[in-house]
Amino acid sequence: MKTWKKALSLTAAVAMTATMMPVSAFAADDETFKIGVIGPMTGDNAQYGLGVYHAAQVAAEEINANGGFNGYNVEILDAGDDQADPEKAVNAYNDLLDKGMQMLCGTVTSGSCIAVGAEAAEDTFLFTPSATAVDSITSGSNEFRMCFTDPAQGTKSAQYIGEHALATKVAILYDSSADYNSGINDAFVAAADENGLEVVADEAYTADSNTDFSVQLKKIKDSGAELLFLPNYYADNALILQQAHDAGMDDVKKFGVDGMDGILGVENFDTSLAEGVMLLTPFSATAEDEKSQAFVKAYEAANKDEVPNQFAADTYDVLYAMKAAADAAEITPDMENADISAAMSEAMLSVELDGLTGKAKWTEDGECDKEPKAFEIQDGAYVEMD
Amino acid sequence: MSFLSYLKDGISLGSIYAIIALGYTMVYGIAKMLNFAHGDVIMVGAFVILTAVTKGGMSPVLAIVLSVIFCTVLGMVIEKVAYSPLRKASSNLAVLITAIGVSYLLQNLALLIFGADAKSFVTVIDVPSVSLFDGQLVIKGITIVTILTCIVIMVGLMLFVQKTKPGRAMQAVSEDRDAAQLMGVNVNATISMTFAIGSGLAAIAGLLLCQTYPTLTPYTGAMPGIKAFVAAVFGGIGSIPGAMVGGILLGVIEIFGKAYISSQVADAICFGVLIVVLLVKPTGLFGKNIQEKV
Amino acid sequence: MKKTMNKTVKNNMINYGIVIALFVIVQILSGTGHLSRLLTGLLVPLCVYVIAAISLNLVVGFSGELSLGHAGFMCVGAYSSALFSHIASDIPQVPRFILAILIGAAVAAVFGVIIGIPVLRLRGDYLAIVTLAFGEIIKNLINILYIGFDEKGLHVATSAASLKLEAGGKQILKGALGISGTGALYKDVKHYFFPIGIFLVLLTLFIVQNLVNSRSGRAIMATRDNRIAAESVGIDVTKFKLLAFTISAALAGVAGVLYAHNLSMLKVSGFDYNMSILILVYVVLGGIGNLRGSMIAAIILYALPELLRGFANYRMLIYAIVLIVMMLFNWAPAARNWRARVMEKIKGTKNKKEAA
Repeated sequence: MKTWKKALSLTAAVAMTATMMPVSAFAADDETFKIGVIGPMTGDNAQYGLGVYHAAQVAAEEINANGGFNGYNVEILDAGDDQADPEKAVNAYNDLLDKGMQMLCGTVTSGSCIAVGAEAAEDTFLFTPSATAVDSITSGSNEFRMCFTDPAQGTKSAQYIGEHALATKVAILYDSSADYNSGINDAFVAAADENGLEVVADEAYTADSNTDFSVQLKKIKDSGAELLFLPNYYADNALILQQAHDAGMDDVKKFGVDGMDGILGVENFDTSLAEGVMLLTPFSATAEDEKSQAFVKAYEAANKDEVPNQFAADTYDVLYAMKAAADAAEITPDMENADISAAMSEAMLSVELDGLTGKAKWTEDGECDKEPKAFEIQDGAYVEMD
Repeated sequence: MSFLSYLKDGISLGSIYAIIALGYTMVYGIAKMLNFAHGDVIMVGAFVILTAVTKGGMSPVLAIVLSVIFCTVLGMVIEKVAYSPLRKASSNLAVLITAIGVSYLLQNLALLIFGADAKSFVTVIDVPSVSLFDGQLVIKGITIVTILTCIVIMVGLMLFVQKTKPGRAMQAVSEDRDAAQLMGVNVNATISMTFAIGSGLAAIAGLLLCQTYPTLTPYTGAMPGIKAFVAAVFGGIGSIPGAMVGGILLGVIEIFGKAYISSQVADAICFGVLIVVLLVKPTGLFGKNIQEKV
Repeated sequence: MKKTMNKTVKNNMINYGIVIALFVIVQILSGTGHLSRLLTGLLVPLCVYVIAAISLNLVVGFSGELSLGHAGFMCVGAYSSALFSHIASDIPQVPRFILAILIGAAVAAVFGVIIGIPVLRLRGDYLAIVTLAFGEIIKNLINILYIGFDEKGLHVATSAASLKLEAGGKQILKGALGISGTGALYKDVKHYFFPIGIFLVLLTLFIVQNLVNSRSGRAIMATRDNRIAAESVGIDVTKFKLLAFTISAALAGVAGVLYAHNLSMLKVSGFDYNMSILILVYVVLGGIGNLRGSMIAAIILYALPELLRGFANYRMLIYAIVLIVMMLFNWAPAARNWRARVMEKIKGTKNKKEAA
């Protein structure tokens, strides 16, 4: 028994030493820029993290074929899996630094990004494609974002619905246990009044009971709402749309935000349920412009015909924005992270990108200034609205 | 009318918990272990059906049979490899932790094979809805199927346990393992059979779960598994009718909690009621009170 | 009797020694630049989980109750202390951090008493499910809390809209968004979190080891070994079980404080039953009632998935397999016998050599 304990301690000691090994093996390489991706690669939200990781690889390959960052190739390091948990995200961040990461594309989810952002502040250049919470990039001046913030999405949705007179009585159904959903909800409710909207039902569910929406939908139906606002990710929305249809709510308009994107790609999903759903999202995989088409094609070829979602599109733009900044700042791979970070941050302010998700510029806060696009789903495809 | 409508929704949700809890409670009653991996076997069963129907082009009936067989074998393998070596371990916590390990294993295997993307489940059982009071109360076909299946399984299990020889062997093992062995009962075979039946039931539960809420990810089984565990404890863990009643009550409480109090704290309400019930009746609604001896 | 006492004292000293030795090794390595960023980042979380595992072992190992709600107490400790740190941001950092630790421990202890009184009436698996239920209730309720403060004082609400802060007010707890930026409040102290964590580990060990070897500790173990016999010799079973449960909760609260201040983001969804189970895994794998085992298992199992990062998507799969194999190896009677035989053989050959 005792010897066994000793054996256990010995294993522990070996394991510890293994981690303590100096990491010089990874460091000295002056020829390529190493970019890290952090996001959920396993766990409930893995589809978002994987989307980002795959898109980063697609973009990096293209960029390398066209001159790389300031003439140097870029390499996407093995993905840092955080399972959407801030604690694991910080571990992944440290691990990637050990592996020589010089710039970070991520993190994917908000909570993780806040935690990693505090570590990366003024040290490692951070550019998140998809962390929507306001605080995600407030820790340092070297942190940027590609997507809209939660409040921006909530406010812009309320404005859009008001301006286009889609409805006056609106209901909301959202996941109150997730930061993304509740952040948008809070902003939407706050902006409803000034846009002439009356919130007649504000119903919530939680991640622990996200399959049965019968009660919430009944309350919404009884409230006489003309439009149902769904600031949730598409997996939940697919179930909600199904149950709303079963509850006889086909005449209620549905409106989503960027998390709704991907709904048409859900395997076996009856897309007729999504007919007429409107959404504000930066990207459509069925868009006909040349750039989107090329990206979708490259992404599908690299990932077993998986259709890219808006996470992937935002990531693609992140890499190109980074390229523009890197070219302008004339950084080289032998520079220290902090120097790269400072040079890139300064260059970012003058970058203008005409990307997949629209024409974008960045403010000093690191926020992306671009226009949202509104789509309506017709015959199983996105049709851009005005 | 809303009350009736909510009641109907509650029973519909509860019947799903009940059918999962039946498998949980049976395994607990005989093997005396909380099989945390039960929810994940449900997920595996659902994936088997989905793959067989969409990729293999099988007929629904064939797919269901395949899934039941697959899960039965899976259950027996898990029991043999991971649980049976620990049957005589000095603490019964050891096997609980191993079950958690098995749960992680199944989830991550499914993640690697099927990917993380949520998939919509195809309609395998198509039963028309029943409309009452001029369409004011619509009961979905799948709800009726689920409740009927529940009752059939419950009665079948009770008859099996009480009337057949292997069933009585199970009872004997449940009462006193060593004594059962002395009386000539093959304890290992009996426990293995319990897992086989429990996992076969999990395949059916997986089907009904995914027919009622047609979405499937590698983590689909986890939360219903926990809720069903709660339901089983509610009814008195180890009791077959208790699992059925506990499951339906839990569903009704959850829906009423959402309807009349708040949908944000529905889970807290559920768990709160559970605590109150256990404080009043410490072994659940139908649980046996075991006399302690010095 | 004296001899056995000495043995326990020696055993306890070894435990302190291991912790201090590890601390010294880590300090030397980091001083000479041989510590990777990953490991440096893991140090404080390791302290958190070691404290949590030791405190849970008090309940599971010495009091004999299966608790599945340990994360709930960590959660309470984390949130109460983080709220305090934000509200009392005028107090200098060092006394503020000490107060935060005390507040986290105290609030968790209060919850320990509130939950312990009803829960400890139950037995076995029923007790386990109720602790799980309490953990989930805590998580669920904190999730809808919005707390902020302005000149008028503290505002508490269940939605952002009804918080109604005055201009210049600060929102601290934002429902599902949690509390962010707690670490940034301790710019000067932050670099010392690891030594502080080690100190807290030693303190936890000290409290638990002394409790276990005291009169109360023996009473607690007597209630575990045979409740009825313990009652019959006049031991107040509920009182002693509650004592162990409360102290365990308070120490879990301390672990929560360290967790909340080390990370810049505190989200309630992390404190779910999975975290409770994770800590339980450390305790069971390390040996029920074996504090040293808990520490070692917590270190290995927490570090394992991080060390497996090189295996990308396979790492959680490998983790699951390793967990199952380790459990079988450590607990299965057959494996234990096999190990004993192997050990004997090794010893046997050694003896022969010595004889020759």
